[in-house]
Amino acid sequence: MSSYVKIPSNLKPSDPQGSDLLAQERATVTFDVKELTLFLFGKKNLDRYHEILRIVENDPAFDKTNVYFMGRNELFKHAMKKEKRLAQLIKENKWKVEDIQFAEWLLDTPGPFGVHRGMFIPTLISQGTEEQKKEFLVPALKYKILGCYAQTELGHGSNVQGLETTATYISEADEFEIHSPYLTASKWWIGGLGKIANHAVVMAQLKSNGKPYGPHLFVVQVRDMETHQPLPDITIGDIGPKFGLNSTDNGFILFDRVRIPRSNMLSKFSQIKKGTGEYINPPNNKLLYGTMVLVRAIIISGVRFALERAVTIAIRYSAVRRQFVDKEEPKKLKDGRVVETIILDYTMQQYRLFPVIAQAYACFFTAKVMIDQYAEYTKQSSVGNYSLLTDLHASSSGLKSLTTTMAVDSIEECRRACGGHGYSSFSGFVKFYQNYLPNTTWEGDNFVLTQQTARHLFKTFRKMVLSKGAEAYPSQSERNQTMTYILQYLNDPNHTCTATTLLDFKNPELQLRAFGHRAAYLIANAVDQIDNQKSTWNSMLVEINRISRAHCQYLLVRNFINALQNSRQSEDEGLHMLRDNPSLKEVTLTICNLFVLHTMEKDLGDFMECGYLTPSQARLLRAQIYNLLKEIRPNAVGLVDAFLIPDFLLQSAIGRYDGKVYETMIDWASKEPLNGITLDVNPDSDVLIRNETDNKTKAKL
Amino acid sequence: MTSNIKILKPSDPQGSDLLSQERARTTFDVKKLTLALYGSKELERLNRILEIVENDPVFDKSKIYYMGRNELFEHALKKDKRLVQLIKKHRWNVEETHIAELFLDLPGPFGLHRGMFIPTIFGQGTEEQKKKFLIPAIKYEIIGCYAQTELGHGSNVQGLETTATYIPETDEFEIHSPHLTASKWWIGGLGRTANHAVIMAQLKSNGKDFGPHPFIIQIRDMETHQPLSGITIGDVGPKFGYNATDNGFMLFDHVRIPRSNMLSKYSQIKEGTGEYISPPNDKLSYGTMVFVRAMIVTGVRVALARAATIAIRYSVVRRQFVDKDEPKKLEDGRIVETSILDYTMQQYRLFPVIAQAYACFYTSKAMVDSYLNYMKQSSGGDFSSLADLHASSSGLKSLATSMAVDSIEDCRRACGGHGYSSFSGFVTFYQNYLPNTTWEGDNYILTHQTARYLFKTFREVVSNKNPEAYSQSNTNPTITYILQFLNNPNQTCTATTPSDFKNHELQLRAFGHRAAYLIANAVDQIDNHKKSWNSMLIEVNRISRAHCQYILARNFITALQKSHHPNEDERLRVLHDSPELMEVMNSVCNLFVLNTMEKELGEFLECGYITSSQSKLIRSQVYDLLKEIRPNAVSLVDAFYIPDFMLKSALGRYDGKVYETMFDWASKEPLNEITLDVNPNSEVLFRNNDYKGKARL
Repeated sequence: MSSYVKIPSNLKPSDPQGSDLLAQERATVTFDVKELTLFLFGKKNLDRYHEILRIVENDPAFDKTNVYFMGRNELFKHAMKKEKRLAQLIKENKWKVEDIQFAEWLLDTPGPFGVHRGMFIPTLISQGTEEQKKEFLVPALKYKILGCYAQTELGHGSNVQGLETTATYISEADEFEIHSPYLTASKWWIGGLGKIANHAVVMAQLKSNGKPYGPHLFVVQVRDMETHQPLPDITIGDIGPKFGLNSTDNGFILFDRVRIPRSNMLSKFSQIKKGTGEYINPPNNKLLYGTMVLVRAIIISGVRFALERAVTIAIRYSAVRRQFVDKEEPKKLKDGRVVETIILDYTMQQYRLFPVIAQAYACFFTAKVMIDQYAEYTKQSSVGNYSLLTDLHASSSGLKSLTTTMAVDSIEECRRACGGHGYSSFSGFVKFYQNYLPNTTWEGDNFVLTQQTARHLFKTFRKMVLSKGAEAYPSQSERNQTMTYILQYLNDPNHTCTATTLLDFKNPELQLRAFGHRAAYLIANAVDQIDNQKSTWNSMLVEINRISRAHCQYLLVRNFINALQNSRQSEDEGLHMLRDNPSLKEVTLTICNLFVLHTMEKDLGDFMECGYLTPSQARLLRAQIYNLLKEIRPNAVGLVDAFLIPDFLLQSAIGRYDGKVYETMIDWASKEPLNGITLDVNPDSDVLIRNETDNKTKAKL
Repeated sequence: MTSNIKILKPSDPQGSDLLSQERARTTFDVKKLTLALYGSKELERLNRILEIVENDPVFDKSKIYYMGRNELFEHALKKDKRLVQLIKKHRWNVEETHIAELFLDLPGPFGLHRGMFIPTIFGQGTEEQKKKFLIPAIKYEIIGCYAQTELGHGSNVQGLETTATYIPETDEFEIHSPHLTASKWWIGGLGRTANHAVIMAQLKSNGKDFGPHPFIIQIRDMETHQPLSGITIGDVGPKFGYNATDNGFMLFDHVRIPRSNMLSKYSQIKEGTGEYISPPNDKLSYGTMVFVRAMIVTGVRVALARAATIAIRYSVVRRQFVDKDEPKKLEDGRIVETSILDYTMQQYRLFPVIAQAYACFYTSKAMVDSYLNYMKQSSGGDFSSLADLHASSSGLKSLATSMAVDSIEDCRRACGGHGYSSFSGFVTFYQNYLPNTTWEGDNYILTHQTARYLFKTFREVVSNKNPEAYSQSNTNPTITYILQFLNNPNQTCTATTPSDFKNHELQLRAFGHRAAYLIANAVDQIDNHKKSWNSMLIEVNRISRAHCQYILARNFITALQKSHHPNEDERLRVLHDSPELMEVMNSVCNLFVLNTMEKELGEFLECGYITSSQSKLIRSQVYDLLKEIRPNAVSLVDAFYIPDFMLKSALGRYDGKVYETMFDWASKEPLNEITLDVNPNSEVLFRNNDYKGKARL
């Protein structure tokens, strides 16, 4: 794209140059950045990463240079082009699900085919019979039909049982009648439905012989395969502009007594018998819960990448941006001139940003543990042992809630830490944040989710109290993290923190004890309220949210600490690297300590309220955090470089690897299409934009 | 759209019925509370101006959410032109124009002309300069902007790179951008609109540097509207929000302007000799900053009120799950889902925002009053209250605007999925509000000023070197709480029951003690442990927050205390004369104070003021207050009197027709006119004559 404004070519940013500043930062790093990257990705994924980046970065269909200037229609068109090209590349390169995930991550334009691949196809696979797979899955895989997943309605999101769309079995015709009895029954927010999908999996209230059987899944063709117009009695549309994700056509759909064959009910688990309309129950739904655990593990992995991306931009920019001279420690150029201090040298900036680096690492280790646990559960469940599921499911609910909320807060914190330029779309934060936001709502609203976690914790607590301790659960207490800390608490409910020096707070046992004690204390209190003082569930919701957070922070802390401690015995390829590389081990340990203590400090009230921590210990804790910021400072840029987030993904003028912040800001600004028009500013003139040539430029946009 | 949509209704109960039920349970007169907030004069103004702007076709907002940047900008220019015509026609003064802008809610290209260009010439220009520039500016014959921030410098104004060098031979200044980073950046109205600019540049004369000064420059040709030679101008590109405004950049290549274009009311360069004449003290400009910040805090109050209005109303209409312990029934006995406002978690998220809005009402009022009081004193040569006013206003701007963005976003998320739709009314609102945390002083940097003043005051009170300080102790709240702390540094909270925490004196003691404790600790670190300023920045931020929370709590509590002053402000009189209003405002005040305390519980515990068992009492009192407020929730937001015209929200409408509106607005999405070709192997994306639909956008 050409520039509308010619920028004088002789001008450079004032010294020191951003690229030199970043080079200096990279020279102070105490560890091998490439090694840390290898540790984070693993050899196999790293190869995949490079291979896919090479392909997508150089494909003209994926060119991102105009994306920030696009209005909704243009953006949507761009996303469609991207989707079509991606579908071709998937075929050409025979990409697997993991490869596609990498490509989608790098392309960073959630588009209209996303739900086809992410929800429509997987639902057909898991819920369809063999015949249904033949009929729908095979053409879906070839993109001959395009589908979406229509569950949420205008009036119902979290409460799936309350959905209003009905599917009534008509025995005479052996068909279902899909119907929207109210306006609120309209499907709403359905990704890919607004403009794209010609098929939908619809969640509707099954009724047969006058009896309701709750929500079930039905495949419905929604658009004509030739004209792409909605079929008769079906009303479809895009739901309009959103905070983000405007490259996706989230849609609505209303059914006016639409008939579909009986065979379109996805019937792997439950079905309606032909003619009689008899309902056949599904077996237990444990399989479904297992999948949810995996989906949440993937979301937490996504949190890690989101945090990495945000903090990469903020740290690099903070190493280039200079403001004020720190009079007590003025920075000088080689020629002796005093220059302004880079903002990364201010402790407040470190305090805002370094914890985000630490959160990213914490999510890395927890996502890893969740995936391992899911694999372990799948192994056990295949031989009929489901004992791990409840704890896994409860923890994964709370972790999804905690970490995605943490991610949106931290992304926004990083953006604001970039001052005025963080507000520009060119910062790379704007669209990124906007598209990330729905993670707090979808796959379970972050507040509603915590009820599942707390319910399980209360149940576990009651069981532990009744059995009076460890004897009943000798083997499980090895694996079930919740029971471990509850037991510790029950054995010593008045336990207090033993720290007397700054250093004591680096003790991992003490750290774990603190988090476990606080979580157990909150659980014990709530169980007492409910069981002995007859508090209603509704009246406990605020506490429930605190409890889920406390429990999940414990898990994040524990998973991080365990990974570092067990690297010695572990057979994991990555953890081996930590063992063999002292400089890596040292820096990850510092980060772990920062994560643990910063998390503690943010919730200091909880730790003191439960009597675990005294005011003077709270002060020690703060002092230790300030020390950790100093320890991390020389490695800050190295730590974010190790995340290996490519410029192609960042799309950031201020977070570029080469530090050419200001040159890029002005280059991109010169391409703003508004710069191609000339105004008439006379308030009494009706003309807004002048003359013909300018109008042409405008029409082009 | 097929015909059956027209007959479809949302499932029962209807949103409008739910809201009427809520309005029927209110314990106070909503109109009276509105009067207590605005006063009759302001209320008349609000109604009069709303009537005009709401019915003007140019200000129609129905297409705004669908507009791309170019279209939006064009719309904003049209709006700004029409507004100028109305200002002339109705002879609106600054306050009236401000109200119109509030309702129109579309920061446009002329905003900075009125908001910064004119006031700067007014405040900094000589009489001749006013004649030359101010008069045509007021007539919109010239349109200006205010160019201070640069690509490389924002907070550090002293570090600006643009230079203005005096050339005695021609009696001119040469304006120049020596580096790329010297480019002016973010300048509202500059990108496409302004033909004049006030620019801040480093004044140089006779080889000496005199720091940043304001100069007025014509930047575009008055005929062709093209940039003048030697000047490069452009729009800075798309932003998180504010896309209806043309924030611009500007580079100067040795551009000459007459010496008389330096704004010279306070300092100037002498003709020929280039001698610099220094300004008198800058106390006047600090006074103005206090006022600007009072206005920002007033803006916070409106923003919070707006966010809470949407979220509260929607939470009544939105039902989800049946609360099994207390199921809701229709008149015919059918069990229906529970309104989400009945869940304690939702109340805990939203009611504090209502309370924050009311808190900001009383603090902005107190700030304006103190400013007026200061103006009176300063005209008699007494500047003694300025330092405290300025320090507190810096911290309050920081605290209140950060609180506002957090709370707006909390309210949005509390509306679940639909909060993410632009139709919620949150999206552009939040996006446009965000820069408040950065402009007029970055929220982190600002706290330095507050803390610096607090440290100084603390040292003075300790060493008793400033007897004047003590004489002020009745009026200067900072000195009051520092003295209290010094007299009894180990004081602890006396509460033994949850309702003890409703005691206003106890509440103020708590906030004062915690602030003073933090200050005392930091001063000790700096003075006795030789800590560097940089190493104290995190504490500095905590201290400013603690101090300003004290001020917010104090102003709220003070407003509720009956004064026996015969000339009491009308608004306070209405409040004090009504027992029902006093009762509900007392609950709201308590919620503000205790929720703020609860959020910072760690600090109140850390300073030893409260014990862990007392912290449990606070929580339980907070939960009780939520129950107290519940029946009045809708009326408390109705009283804010934010019109639907401003809300532009399908979720927060006064009449509760949430779902009908969502549908109606979605049906108007321009993308719905387009038909796609979805075959991945076809290069066609949008089919046939749909391009027409698109070109129209």
